[in-house]
Amino acid sequence: MLKDLFSKKKKYASIPNEQAKLDVPEGLMKKCDSCYKIFYRKEMNKNLNVCPNCGHHHQLRAWERIESLFDEGTFQEWDSGLAPSNPLGFPGYEEKLQKDREKTGLNEGVVTGKGLIDGQATAFAVMDSSFRMGSMGSVMGERIARAIENAKEQSLPFIIFTASGGARMQEGVLSLMQMSKTSVAIKRFSEAGGLMISVMTHPTTGGVSASFASLGDYNFAEPGALIGFAGRRIIEQTTREKLPDDFQTAEFLFKHGQLDQVVHRHDLKQLLVTILKIHEKGGTSS
Amino acid sequence: MKQILEFEKPIVNLKEKIAELKKFTDDSEIDLSEEIITLEKRLAILEDDIYGNLKPWQRVQMARHQERPTTLDYINELFTDFVEFHGDRSFGDDEAIVSGIAFYKDTPITVIGHQRGKNTKENLRRNFGMPHPEGYRKALRHMKQAEKFNRPIITFIDTKGADPGKESEERGQSEAIARNLMEMAGLTVPIICIVIGEGGSGGALALGVGDRIHMLENSTYSVISPEGAAALLWKDSGLAQKAAESMKITAPDLHELGIIDEIIPEPKGGAHRDIKEQAKNIDLVLDKSLNELKNVSEDVLLEQRWEKYKQIGDYKEL
Ligand SMILES: [Zn+2]
Repeated sequence: MLKDLFSKKKKYASIPNEQAKLDVPEGLMKKCDSCYKIFYRKEMNKNLNVCPNCGHHHQLRAWERIESLFDEGTFQEWDSGLAPSNPLGFPGYEEKLQKDREKTGLNEGVVTGKGLIDGQATAFAVMDSSFRMGSMGSVMGERIARAIENAKEQSLPFIIFTASGGARMQEGVLSLMQMSKTSVAIKRFSEAGGLMISVMTHPTTGGVSASFASLGDYNFAEPGALIGFAGRRIIEQTTREKLPDDFQTAEFLFKHGQLDQVVHRHDLKQLLVTILKIHEKGGTSS
Repeated sequence: MKQILEFEKPIVNLKEKIAELKKFTDDSEIDLSEEIITLEKRLAILEDDIYGNLKPWQRVQMARHQERPTTLDYINELFTDFVEFHGDRSFGDDEAIVSGIAFYKDTPITVIGHQRGKNTKENLRRNFGMPHPEGYRKALRHMKQAEKFNRPIITFIDTKGADPGKESEERGQSEAIARNLMEMAGLTVPIICIVIGEGGSGGALALGVGDRIHMLENSTYSVISPEGAAALLWKDSGLAQKAAESMKITAPDLHELGIIDEIIPEPKGGAHRDIKEQAKNIDLVLDKSLNELKNVSEDVLLEQRWEKYKQIGDYKEL
């Protein structure tokens, strides 16, 4: 928001045209989180939220991602009627869910479905970290497991874009068990010859990173994405180790052999299309 | 030497008093046996009252008890001819996980478990039972062997969580855990998982995908430690006790949530009071589980495993 600009860092002060842009009504502008340069929001959106100046990848909302990848009008959503309950009777949980529903227009942190990417049918799941930080609860686990089962039954490939802060605390151990539930589903899909591609986006941590995000036949990540199992602060507290600046970034993981490629958002669609084409038989081998 | 938990103190005090009276009776002319009988009756009631109604936080303390039996203790009690194998064939050996083969009665089995220490020296060697990626990869290597030789797999879960460290991240802690979850889903031999202490998060789960999941009465299984949950939810790790209650982490809680199959009873006062009795209680459940699973065909086994995990979760359908 524009008024925040004045209370924060001063790095953008030297950027030309800034004053002119500040005169424009709120919401029209977006400041880059990395270089602090200010752009018209539409300009940034058209560039898939990648900063035109420094290339920083800002988060994409689930439906923006779908729009950026799927042939127009081909995406069909699955299981949108599944909604979180409050299984542990956790105080305040329902209010938090309601707040995020209003804020995001979503009823959970993942959208699943199928559609055509450059004419090729694929099952799809995309997480949205603006809903409860993309944390995984029962609904997320169920939607993803069902999407994988659907992909298996319909002989479709399965592509997932992850973005998650980890487990949904308010669902306790039920949240943890979604890791195993989705992994069992992936095993069945994989045994049937299904192709799974995982694209990790900022941030992919904790239980999501330690389950389906890492289980693609091919695992990719967007530049600069935070990816890791344990939180940086916990690691610093428990081990007192000095951590490198690029610790747990996509580039760090790539360097340590944990990723197939770090892919610029502008190149992602073409990469997916090529891989789908090479596996053209579809999702299953029979 | 024995670690005494705060809530056990009334029991310990009363026991001391009884011992005092006994000594007095032995050493003097005065017979206090009537008083002793009264106090012993009171002790029995007190023990039932305290140990029979453990609060979640008290169970957490039991699960973390210094002298609580570990994987190696149970291997020693339950199996014969145990042979331990080491190393992941890629990076190293991780002593936070022990893994090997043995006989359970007459059946060859593969047994894998988290291994923590009971003192500082052992804990440093075992990294407090918190595995590195190579530990999980060693475990997976042995699970695949179990499949090849058609041996059931028994896992003991007892960890605060996977190792949180720089090197673990570099070597792919996430991938190692995820890989185990996925591969365990497809193993064509029966897998029985028993939580014996703390079942901490993904690091516990990575040995925990199976056909039967059991928990010792005072063990816990959770997505995060109560301290961690309190810090995240209320910015105050001092509220761990409250978190232990809200997060539903005890064996009765998990049974109610439909996640575990059986609660294995503990001797009064916890597993460490009587390892042999505890092993016997595990033996009964293990024997039953293996019998139920031994004649199940591979296809049915895998289908049932999927059904088991598929139903875990709670949501509304609008
Ligand atoms: Zn920028």
